[in-house]
Amino acid sequence: MSALKIKKGATSHSAYNLRPNFSDVIERHTLAVLVENEPGVLARVIGLFSGRGYNIDSLTVAEVDHTGHLSRITIVTSGTPQVIEQIKAQLGRIVPVHDVHDLTVEGKCVERELAMFKVTGKGEHRVEALRLADIFRANVVDSTLESFVFEITGAPEKIDAFADLMRPLGLTEVARTGVAALSRGD
Amino acid sequence: MTRQMTGAKMIVQALIDQGVDTVFGYPGGAVLPIYDEVFQQNSIKHVLVRHEQGAVHAAEGYARSTGKPGVVLVTSGPGATNAVTGLTDALLDSIPIVVLTGQVPTFMIGSDAFQEADTVGITRPCTKHNWLVKETDKLSGVLHEAFHVATSGRPGPVLVDIPKDVQFATGTYEARKPSTSHYQPQVKGDLEAITELAAAIEKAKRPVFYTGGGVINSGPGASQLLRELVEATGFPITSTLMGLGAYPASGEKWLGMLGMHGLYEANMAMHGCDLMINIGARFDDRITGVIDAFSPKSKKAHIDIDPSSINKVIRVDIPIMGDVGHVLEDLLKIWKSRGRKTNGEALAKWWQQINEWRSVDCLKFKQTGKTIKPQYALQRLEALTKDHDRYICTEVGQHQMWAAQYLNFEDPNRWMTSGGLGTMGYGFPASIGVQMAHPDALVINVAGEASWLMNMQEMGTAMQYNLPVKQFILNNERLGMVRQWQELLHGERYSHSWSESLPDFVKLAEAFGAKGILCKDPADLDDAIMEMLNHDGPVIFDCLVEKHENCFPMIPSGKAHNEMLLGEADTQGVIDAKGSVLV
Repeated sequence: MSALKIKKGATSHSAYNLRPNFSDVIERHTLAVLVENEPGVLARVIGLFSGRGYNIDSLTVAEVDHTGHLSRITIVTSGTPQVIEQIKAQLGRIVPVHDVHDLTVEGKCVERELAMFKVTGKGEHRVEALRLADIFRANVVDSTLESFVFEITGAPEKIDAFADLMRPLGLTEVARTGVAALSRGD
Repeated sequence: MTRQMTGAKMIVQALIDQGVDTVFGYPGGAVLPIYDEVFQQNSIKHVLVRHEQGAVHAAEGYARSTGKPGVVLVTSGPGATNAVTGLTDALLDSIPIVVLTGQVPTFMIGSDAFQEADTVGITRPCTKHNWLVKETDKLSGVLHEAFHVATSGRPGPVLVDIPKDVQFATGTYEARKPSTSHYQPQVKGDLEAITELAAAIEKAKRPVFYTGGGVINSGPGASQLLRELVEATGFPITSTLMGLGAYPASGEKWLGMLGMHGLYEANMAMHGCDLMINIGARFDDRITGVIDAFSPKSKKAHIDIDPSSINKVIRVDIPIMGDVGHVLEDLLKIWKSRGRKTNGEALAKWWQQINEWRSVDCLKFKQTGKTIKPQYALQRLEALTKDHDRYICTEVGQHQMWAAQYLNFEDPNRWMTSGGLGTMGYGFPASIGVQMAHPDALVINVAGEASWLMNMQEMGTAMQYNLPVKQFILNNERLGMVRQWQELLHGERYSHSWSESLPDFVKLAEAFGAKGILCKDPADLDDAIMEMLNHDGPVIFDCLVEKHENCFPMIPSGKAHNEMLLGEADTQGVIDAKGSVLV
């Protein structure tokens, strides 16, 4: 399946080679949406997803270009190829949206997420938690005699795996940022 | 050019700069400074409606009949929320509307102040875009951008929310200049794709043009190009409800409207074609019937300015993103340069088939007895008004479908109807907007009595501005379309689908100072219509019609184009449980 990149005002016609196969397979896609940093723009994007019944698996947003007033919204979504194409087209239609990139189909991309885990416990559990954290290259950012707060970055799967291991060791709280993603190469 | 002025003055100045001549509105606390400026100028006419919903529909009528954006000015809170139905209507039918709302002063926003509502929040999903302007210096830029967004690309409604302190404060006014906005939708279609379509046209054995409101929105030039293309290729053409008039109903290639209550020949041609050329339509569910059985053997091309319309409902083989006018111009050029070829022999056979379908004469009916059939009323209305400079509005329901079937539209921008949203109460205020734009034209609103009552307060507006709008009410004392569905789908249990305690429409007209005409005998119909036409002023025409007439042809829910019901005899047990879930 090829990419649908909708760039408003552009003379390229990348959407013409759009030939989605209309399959029922649910795919997970990471979209990077460059938006004008104006009030309400995030509400527009979220409202589009809820209003049209699309899924949001993860969403991050922050200003990335202060002088250009641009923010980057990274959305991980899932749906059939047809739904994914429709999501991209609908996002492209929002007036303050400058660009929609489907990182999943535009070549390889790096996905990273930051998470913090609070693990409480004593004795062997505590030692084991520390040992596993070391293997996962998680940092201890806070510590008491009966608790650690670990900070970990990585692909969402790595963070999932870390969480699975920590759960029996006294995992009490999790905070995750959601995915930030960039395409590889230039 | 920049000048210092108050926000309120900027608003009037921006409207003048944008070439606005008419504003539909209703004053209130949060827009008083703007109304003060409106009072002190003579460039813009202000039409005082009787309800804000009426203002938006009137602006829609103005916009559809002129091609220019309609402008609305209403107050905060209830003024804004009353505009929501109109905004949604304009969004679904792609009508350019600029709505200006007052807002409580910036320092009171969020305090649940009197007549405060989160207007941009409420209208975000029912506008193409909206703005809350918190600084007077930014106001003029936003207003010009609002007009740019409303009218560029796929047109639609926009809203600018302006707090009262921003209206009072002084700031810098920037004159209108070519838009520097990043929002510049692509209007030229991809030449490769257009060439592919030209090649498909050359080979097609059973082609059909399926056109929609996008042709009208693209401007009169697009309709002209469409007519040229149809005549040059000799292909049959059908249109959605929204697209009527782009190709003349008197044209010999015209198949009539398609869809749920479309003509037999149009729907059969859609089902049996091998090349479908969708021009500015969006495969709406009223058009496609059940998707799995929609035109199964055809190659489909789709010309649309909105990329999200393409492949949304029906997967197409030749997607062309661009403005209809631009694409048709290129298509004609390319097709002509390749030798203006069509498959003449196959085409002749196709027309033979179409003429067989035509001979079914799916709109035939018999006017017998002493009761007026609604179809007959419209047939006579058509006969007696077709030579006038005529604009038709409708409300929503059976009368709307009959109007689309029995009235003939020769030109674009002559037909104002609520297609996407199906808003009862649309037609009357829309007719006011049309008459404001075309003071000397004959403006008729074909209505049902139930729809018409939903915005009947606008009689006051029609009287105040002496707008001779003709309200042609097909009165069956029923919510006719609801009743029809209850008959077909719900075991004839007519739950709340009749209009009781109806007013005496003649007396109602007289109470407003207008003329009322009652007609119940087919023999009197022509004279009564002539009386309506000859009266210089608003008329309420109460036409008592057959109460239980059903609207045919009909594609029942969950069925395909080739499974149309042509009349009462076809209706027994045709809609299954799956179909009855659909609307």
